[in-house]
Amino acid sequence: MTRKQRRLILIGASLGVLALAAALVLSALRDSIVFFSSPTDVVEKRIASGTRMRIGGLVKPGSLKRGDNLLVLFSVTDGKTDIGVRYRGIVPDLFREGQGVVTEGRLEPDGTLAADTVLAKHDERYMPREVVDALKKSGRWLEGQAQGEGDKPR
Amino acid sequence: MIPEVGHYALVLALALGVVQSVVPIFGARSRDAALMRLASSTALMQFGFVALSFLALTICYVTSDFSVATVFENSHSRMPLIYKITSVWGNHEGSMLLWVLILSLFGALVASFGGNLPAALKAHVLAVQSWIACAFYLFILLTSNPFTRLPRAPFEGRDLNPILQDPGLAIHPPLLYLGYVGFSIAFSFAIAALIEGRIDAAWARWVRPWTLAAWMFLTLGVAMGSYWAYYTLGWGGFWFWDPVENASLMPWLAGTALLHSAVVMEKRNALKIWTILLAILTFSLSLIGTFLVRSGVLTSVHAFATDPTRGVFILFILVLFIGGGLTLFAWRASMLKQGGLFAPISREGALVFNNLFLTTACLTVFVGTLYPLALEAVTGEKISVGAPFFNLTFGPLFVALMFAIPFGPLLAWKRGDLLGVTQRLMVAFSVGTIAVAAVFAVQGQSVLAPFGVGLVLFVMLGALTDLAERTGLFRLPFATVRQRAFGMPRSIWGTAIAHFGVAVSVLGVICAATWGTERIVAVKPNETVALSGYELSFDGLVQRPGPNYTALVAKFTVRSGGVPIGVVEPSKRSFSARGMTTNEAALMSRGLGQLYLSLGDINNDGSIAIRLYYKPMVLLIWLGAVVMMLGGALSLSDRRLRVGAPKPATTSAFAPAE
Repeated sequence: MTRKQRRLILIGASLGVLALAAALVLSALRDSIVFFSSPTDVVEKRIASGTRMRIGGLVKPGSLKRGDNLLVLFSVTDGKTDIGVRYRGIVPDLFREGQGVVTEGRLEPDGTLAADTVLAKHDERYMPREVVDALKKSGRWLEGQAQGEGDKPR
Repeated sequence: MIPEVGHYALVLALALGVVQSVVPIFGARSRDAALMRLASSTALMQFGFVALSFLALTICYVTSDFSVATVFENSHSRMPLIYKITSVWGNHEGSMLLWVLILSLFGALVASFGGNLPAALKAHVLAVQSWIACAFYLFILLTSNPFTRLPRAPFEGRDLNPILQDPGLAIHPPLLYLGYVGFSIAFSFAIAALIEGRIDAAWARWVRPWTLAAWMFLTLGVAMGSYWAYYTLGWGGFWFWDPVENASLMPWLAGTALLHSAVVMEKRNALKIWTILLAILTFSLSLIGTFLVRSGVLTSVHAFATDPTRGVFILFILVLFIGGGLTLFAWRASMLKQGGLFAPISREGALVFNNLFLTTACLTVFVGTLYPLALEAVTGEKISVGAPFFNLTFGPLFVALMFAIPFGPLLAWKRGDLLGVTQRLMVAFSVGTIAVAAVFAVQGQSVLAPFGVGLVLFVMLGALTDLAERTGLFRLPFATVRQRAFGMPRSIWGTAIAHFGVAVSVLGVICAATWGTERIVAVKPNETVALSGYELSFDGLVQRPGPNYTALVAKFTVRSGGVPIGVVEPSKRSFSARGMTTNEAALMSRGLGQLYLSLGDINNDGSIAIRLYYKPMVLLIWLGAVVMMLGGALSLSDRRLRVGAPKPATTSAFAPAE
């Protein structure tokens, strides 16, 4: 084999692997990514039920109810719109009414979210960026800021 | 006084760094030996001053000097001593100081152990190393000074983030940084080679041990991070495909590729340009990792800093070094001489295959990590790319790579005999196939897992086949086998052991993910929960004071077949200084598997929610990383690498008989 042929084999193999990877990435990007929305987005964009999505906002004060078998019901609000969430399992330590939360699940026909993941903040001084953005968008940012900006030395 | 000493030492290190950035290169141009030698002295002094600066900061933390802003914000007088020390790097400013400490340590190591390097190459390497150091000294001094004083010293500090008050903080960041920053040496060597426009097999022989050392630390650092997340986050996962984790995985993948391509370059003088490119890319990915984690682009427990000027500064460093490195590469790479020829079916070919798949797998992780950020910046749309994406992209590529692992070491250099190798791997392959059928027959519910187990066994036995072939096990008398086993270059043992370790880790992942069981229930005192043959009875809650927290401890007695085998005590710790609680999961190892118990909320009726997992073989995931590291250590202790780069005439004496 000449140098040229060998190089062609090498380049061919590299392009083959890259093409394979590109195909995998593109198909995975179509099927396995989840869009993030604020409660207002969900209602305004009329997102179809059955869609998997992430919703971020604050846990609406007074909406938290616990049922049997670790059932947790609450509403996520961005100050303008509320979305009911149903979740079975253990919520994070820093999950409280009035606090920021990001939840992921499937949208039900009645407009609520059947969640399988509930994420709260890592520590008391910061809020998930998605929640901040959702609150900013609905013009309710200042209420959240009181909690989010606590990390400056007082 | 002490913080000022630390600050001043860092400024002096910067001044030395500036000298070291310019003078050695000038010396190499004018062939002035004295100017070139200067680099070694300044590198050692830089390390001395940075170490002094780090020591000063540590003293501030240990003595709880709350007049220093970072100490006030991240420490507490009642914290145990170990956390006072680890909180030095449990924050943005201090962690960057640790970064430059390790960077200057590597510079000093090159200066002291690089005695047999050609003077000009050494001068260039140390100068490039100093460019990186200067950029980061400036970053610390201008945007993240850890020694800033508060006008009035508070009486008490605000405590370290309780999640970080864990022994993991003592191990994980230093190991990870040793890995990240260790790749700066490969980068500096690559840039130096491009500046000189000359590169040969000896170059690879110098670069390999440094890359290997960095790779070992990074392997352990990533594994340690995974184990820490596993026992801290409270839901039993060991890898989340979180951008922060990916940031450490990408340099690992690229570094593993670099390790293998450097072998080809050393042994066969081929793949030169590719190795240089890979060296630049590996360190670039380390820098990108630092940027992703430290700039506050991502929300995570790692993102200490959200000050935008810091993000912009790191981005600037990133553009300077990655852009500069790649530009230099594009400009000078064509000057490097082409390497040797080899057939596609050969050891070189197998290593090219390895590189191709590792870099492509790295690319998919890169896309999955950065695509959401790019999409949000361009369209404002927010998406999350999670485990499903990586399972579909990284997964298949890694499976292909795993399948090829046993073939590589058995193929000969230049022109290999694929048929012969396949025959020699028949035993391993048959055992793997039988395992697929056996696991499928016993379990039946999953199709992927039996294939995974078969593949893993194939890789393990493939590594053993390689050793058996080389020592002549089963073919030659025992005395000869023993003699051969001890006479073999240690790097051959290292290769086999490291490959075995990869399989061990993957086996742990497959078993824990497929056959793990979990229960999430609410239990009342004296109730019993059963899972996978274990019964846990809840004995009640106790309050227990800690040094700077109070713990609510739940006691559970574990029984297996009615016989008590121990007590587990998961707890919730409330830290008064930050008004925050952490969840301490309780782990009980049973062989290589683990029972994992973490607490949820306490309900009004006195019951407490628990998450209970049984994870079979889960410890293999991290043990595998330790095995990989040991393989690396064995390779590193190989005489050829330890001796450094002998002259060509003596090289053949040490080369393995292949």
